[in-house]
Amino acid sequence: MQTLVAYVENKPGVLNRVASLARRLAINIDSLTVGPTENEEIARMTIVAHTDERGAHRLEASLEKLVDVLLAENISTRALLERDLALIKVSADQQNRPHLMELIKVFRARVVDVAPESLIIEVSGTVDKIDGLLEVLRPFGVLEMARTGRISMTRGGDLLQPPPATQSESLETAEAKSK
Amino acid sequence: MKLTGAETLCESLTRLGVREIFGYPGGAILPVYDALGKSKLHHVLVRHEQGATHMADGYARASGGIGVAMATSGPGATNMVTGIATAMMDSSPVVCITGQVSSKVLGSDAFQEIDITGITMPITKHNVVITKAEDIARTIREAFLIANSGRPGPVLVDITKDAQQASAEFNWEASEPKLPPKRLRNNHDQAEFDRAVEMLNTAKRPIILAGHGIMVSGAMRAFEQFVRAGNYPVAMTLLGIGCFPANDPLNLGMMGMHGEAWVNNAIQEADLLIAVGMRFDDRVTGDLRTYAKSARKIHIEIDRAEINKNVKVDAALVGDAREVLEKLTPHIQTRDHGTWIRHITELKGDSAVRDIQSLPDNGHLYAAHVINDIWKETRGEAIVVTDVGQHQMWEAQYYHHNQPRTLITSGGLGTMGFALPAAIGAKFAKPGSEVWVVVGDGGFQMTMSELATIVQEKISIKIAIINNGYLGMVRQWQEFFYDKRYVATPLVAPDFAALANAFGIRGERITKRAEVVPIIRSARESNETVLIDFRVEQEDSVYPMVAAGASLSDMIRRPNNPLVETATEP
Ligand SMILES: Cc1cc2nc3c(=O)[nH]c(=O)nc-3n(C[C@H](O)[C@H](O)[C@H](O)COP(=O)(O)OP(=O)(O)OC[C@H]3O[C@@H](n4cnc5c(N)ncnc54)[C@H](O)[C@@H]3O)c2cc1C
Ligand SMILES: Cc1ncc(C[n+]2csc(CCOP(=O)(O)OP(=O)(O)O)c2C)c(N)n1
Ligand SMILES: [Mg+2]
Repeated sequence: MQTLVAYVENKPGVLNRVASLARRLAINIDSLTVGPTENEEIARMTIVAHTDERGAHRLEASLEKLVDVLLAENISTRALLERDLALIKVSADQQNRPHLMELIKVFRARVVDVAPESLIIEVSGTVDKIDGLLEVLRPFGVLEMARTGRISMTRGGDLLQPPPATQSESLETAEAKSK
Repeated sequence: MKLTGAETLCESLTRLGVREIFGYPGGAILPVYDALGKSKLHHVLVRHEQGATHMADGYARASGGIGVAMATSGPGATNMVTGIATAMMDSSPVVCITGQVSSKVLGSDAFQEIDITGITMPITKHNVVITKAEDIARTIREAFLIANSGRPGPVLVDITKDAQQASAEFNWEASEPKLPPKRLRNNHDQAEFDRAVEMLNTAKRPIILAGHGIMVSGAMRAFEQFVRAGNYPVAMTLLGIGCFPANDPLNLGMMGMHGEAWVNNAIQEADLLIAVGMRFDDRVTGDLRTYAKSARKIHIEIDRAEINKNVKVDAALVGDAREVLEKLTPHIQTRDHGTWIRHITELKGDSAVRDIQSLPDNGHLYAAHVINDIWKETRGEAIVVTDVGQHQMWEAQYYHHNQPRTLITSGGLGTMGFALPAAIGAKFAKPGSEVWVVVGDGGFQMTMSELATIVQEKISIKIAIINNGYLGMVRQWQEFFYDKRYVATPLVAPDFAALANAFGIRGERITKRAEVVPIIRSARESNETVLIDFRVEQEDSVYPMVAAGASLSDMIRRPNNPLVETATEP
């Protein structure tokens, strides 16, 4: 599994291009999240792909060839902070409710909705942590689940910022070349 | 100044240096055609939109500039798909302009509405839909910029009919391209560079693999200086042919599936591969597990995504070929490769010393004769545009190109039907050059309707049909790998000479070897298009051959046959 971060133009169709590219390279995407950044014209993606280092290099370099991708970087080997968020609806009756609440506490999850027959649990953390919680909830009956997919950030001073707004190629040379 | 979107498009194309547009009209692009009529642009009416894209591609490959193709929405646009994919695979800068239904009805399955940007997403370098007249000038400039910068490729611009019709202020200066700010990464670090220099200066058996990127980069001079500095033998890919003169003693010829035996053997024995602007296609490497095992590898390549894609390299010099070569050459200290070069000459064995022309006439006409004679008669100075198949490989073996951009052929996609339209494009790019088409009887039948375009445009092209009565390249595979079961490869064709006459073109049929040179001379003397139907040996095969997926060392050689395997040195 490889993790890539990409800064892309925040406009329609870009997600399609990114997903279509991965499909063309025969690389399976495990999760892909997109969200806005400080700059409203730029969005940030975290892509988790089922591939090896070589595949990740190809994906990274190919992504950067897309006009709308400003930067793509494989951060798999760097010190990372990773988060996934899940909402899990479990069936809960009067009897098992106390037991459930205990587990939720251990996993530092929260109950965000209470109904007579069920609870919605919100949990965030690493994929492993959420998978762990899911494992112990399963016997109670998981009715529904929604997960965001992973977002990642390199730790500390290791910054990954969008490139400054300067033109990448001299216009005159390229236009002259075309004549 | 207020202009309609259609007028803005024509004005922008003119300002970008476009002279010809290859296209076909229809409802959704009619406003543009109306404006075209009032502009200085010359429109070449094709007979099928695939032809338009191949013409634009041929124009781009012959000139190094951008070729422009145009079509209407729906079927016009979908007919372009093969040509766009052909340009994409061979990194050819083509701009395709398609009409689209009005923005108000987009997404409603309107008449001749098709999501052409969706369809062409994986086969374009970039594509875009324009729905507003005021976006046209800037977007076209961006399209041109993208198509021919970095690693070139096709760009499709889809313009809705209402954007063509609406009026907007035209201001060229204010419509500068505004492409997203990208991180620049077409570079390599000093350590990588030093490692490459060390490898160059310690190699005993180096060989250069020269590719299409040298032409794209315009690096021919820098490349020659590099070759001379290191006294390196040069092998070329199919698309690299022409980047270094064929008559130079250091030029070994083509590598790969149908490359010369000595070239492939030299690659397998080398201790250093210097790959320049080539992408280690599977037709070039054969089985990767046995490919150039004893060689370290340097890859000079503009596209990071190509590094370590097929072949793992020891030094990757990412950047423009010309810049990298110019930087490398002063560092070359070792040029004593005499023993190695003598060894490669020995590898040539008798494939090189026997002259095909001096073999006794056995009454048969071979494709190799025809192509070798065209080469001799044109002194290797013509632009040759080939189709795909056996004749394409014989062209690569028997026509010796000394100039860049004089062999135009579909390599990566291998698109049959490419030759005739691409040659029309090449002729427009280089009206003063002699243009020959070398095409099979199969591929010619795919796009032969473009003969009418030739007539309508009054241009002169010499067409050599290598008529073997078969889809020859596929027949050859059936002969080698399917026990000669020739399923669906014998091919009926019309009388090509009579067909040419029906179009108003001079047509000839040649069956004997003695007739070849006279007809080539006669065709060259004519100012008009001439089509020659060469009836050649039906079941001849291209040798040597590395079977798909086999090791480069495992070549199928010509069985006891009076004909030599390859041509002589030019
Ligand atoms: C029937 C058939 C048989 C074939 N048999 C053979 C064969 O025997 N031998 C053979 O060689 N081919 C053969 N081919 C062609 C083969 O499929 C490939 O198309 C060909 O090998 C590609 O050559 P290339 O890598 O030089 O060019 P391309 O595929 O065009 O690649 C060019 C490379 O150069 C890079 N580049 C572009 N611009 C620059 C720049 N400015 N600076 C640096 N790098 C740059 C690009 O990024 C790319 O990686 C055959 C094709 C067909 C249809
Ligand atoms: C559009 C397309 N369809 C099918 C093929 C597969 N193919 C490759 S070579 C070939 C035979 C070409 O026959 P012909 O044009 O007569 O040339 P020859 O090999 O006989 O010289 C075929 C069918 C292809 N390359 N392109
Ligand atoms: Mg044939």
